[in-house]
Amino acid sequence: MPKLPKLPAPPLPSALKPPAPRPGDVKKGPIEEAANAGITVVDWVDERTSLSGAARWMMFRKVPKGTNWFYTLGSATMFAFLNQAVTGVFLAMYYRPDPAGGAYESIRYVTNDVFLGQFVRGMHKWGSSVMVILVFLHMGRTFFFGAYKYPRELNWVIGVVLLILTMTMSFTGYLLPFDQRAYWATVVGVNINGTGPLIGPYLSDFLRGGSEFGATTLSRFYAIHMLLVPGLIAALIGAHLYLVAKLGTTAPPWQKAEKPEELREAEV
Amino acid sequence: MADKRLKHKSKYTLDRGIPGAFEGETITRRRFMTGSAHTAGAVAAGAFALPALGFAVGPIFKSSPHHWEVVGPEGMFTDTNYVPVVITLSPNIGEAGKSTAYIRKFNPEIDTDPYDQGTPYIAISSRCAHLGCPVRWVDAAERFICPCHGGVYDLLGRRVGGPPVRPLDRFYTRVSSSGLVEVGPRFSVNSELRRFSPRDPGEPLDGIGQYFYPSRPGAQKL
Repeated sequence: MPKLPKLPAPPLPSALKPPAPRPGDVKKGPIEEAANAGITVVDWVDERTSLSGAARWMMFRKVPKGTNWFYTLGSATMFAFLNQAVTGVFLAMYYRPDPAGGAYESIRYVTNDVFLGQFVRGMHKWGSSVMVILVFLHMGRTFFFGAYKYPRELNWVIGVVLLILTMTMSFTGYLLPFDQRAYWATVVGVNINGTGPLIGPYLSDFLRGGSEFGATTLSRFYAIHMLLVPGLIAALIGAHLYLVAKLGTTAPPWQKAEKPEELREAEV
Repeated sequence: MADKRLKHKSKYTLDRGIPGAFEGETITRRRFMTGSAHTAGAVAAGAFALPALGFAVGPIFKSSPHHWEVVGPEGMFTDTNYVPVVITLSPNIGEAGKSTAYIRKFNPEIDTDPYDQGTPYIAISSRCAHLGCPVRWVDAAERFICPCHGGVYDLLGRRVGGPPVRPLDRFYTRVSSSGLVEVGPRFSVNSELRRFSPRDPGEPLDGIGQYFYPSRPGAQKL
């Protein structure tokens, strides 16, 4: 078949014509186009929220000389919490807070039958211990470096509340597998709460949802464990981080202040 | 200047020259608007917060009806040794709601305490008075022994060793007309076996303990 001559393209209206190449133009590949698209999106959001200022304020802070690995314990604790939050959400997809046998059965199902179930449950179970250990290490770092002193007292107080909430998470989460160990540990734990004079008996009634360990005790613990306390912890971590960024971190106690130039000369 | 300040201090809006003021009006409309907006907000927040709070603390004040449970015929029990029976403390939660009680016929030679007179059967709760673990009756030692923290009780449930703060709790008992032993509500006793409305483990009842650890608001007298 003979080759047909190519017809000339119909003329485009001037508004749709691509701009004529100009000297100095670089040919853009797909990577540059993608990067530009990203920049456009970020610019669009930033123009309407001014978030980039907040992000710069949060991430590009001045840190004192001598900052070392001990200063990462707070972030480590936060990542332990994030691990608990993410694995917890996925465990909640399988868990059934039914004290008549369903709770134990659902945990058994997650551990033995679900794909990667044992791994995710193990991350949650061992992660809780890791989080408690990291909280205490972080607290010890703050104490021994004197980082709780003025003007950071409020951050210490928020940290103590976070410690108590972490303990509440450990206590309420311990019941959820609903095996013998969980049941008796909770009986003992609730009764320890009850030994506080005057308000103790009311506190243990509140925790059990009645005078005896009953049908609603497990769902009560479940609601506290997955709804009430995680929200509080997330909000307080936000406040904790805001204060860290606002006040800055402390130098380690062994860091000597640099002497001004004239004093140094006078010494010599 | 002093005159102006004096005018500003007057509590009447009319005196302060606010346009549209009524005679005798003391609250500016701006203040009234702010106050009513805050009140409306508080009412709206209370409308969901108060019922939620009531949901959470309501069970503290709930009273549960007395519940009697048949545990066996009279011939099943002796006045020299305990027989364990399984009773239900909380219905609808399977095994977790069950508990063990140790039952023995009243024996005038052992049960000499004045508070025990007239009780047909002695029913001892297996809930340890320390922190609530299950005690078991060890026949050879004639002791109730707790596995958790080493609480030891004698034949009458009185503490003889370990951390418990009071004797083992007991249940009211009665015999039905057809000769069946029934176990009723739980009660707590102090070291003289005087009876109190049921307390949780770990709450002493001797001395000022009964005032430090009040009974539940919903507890009913038998």
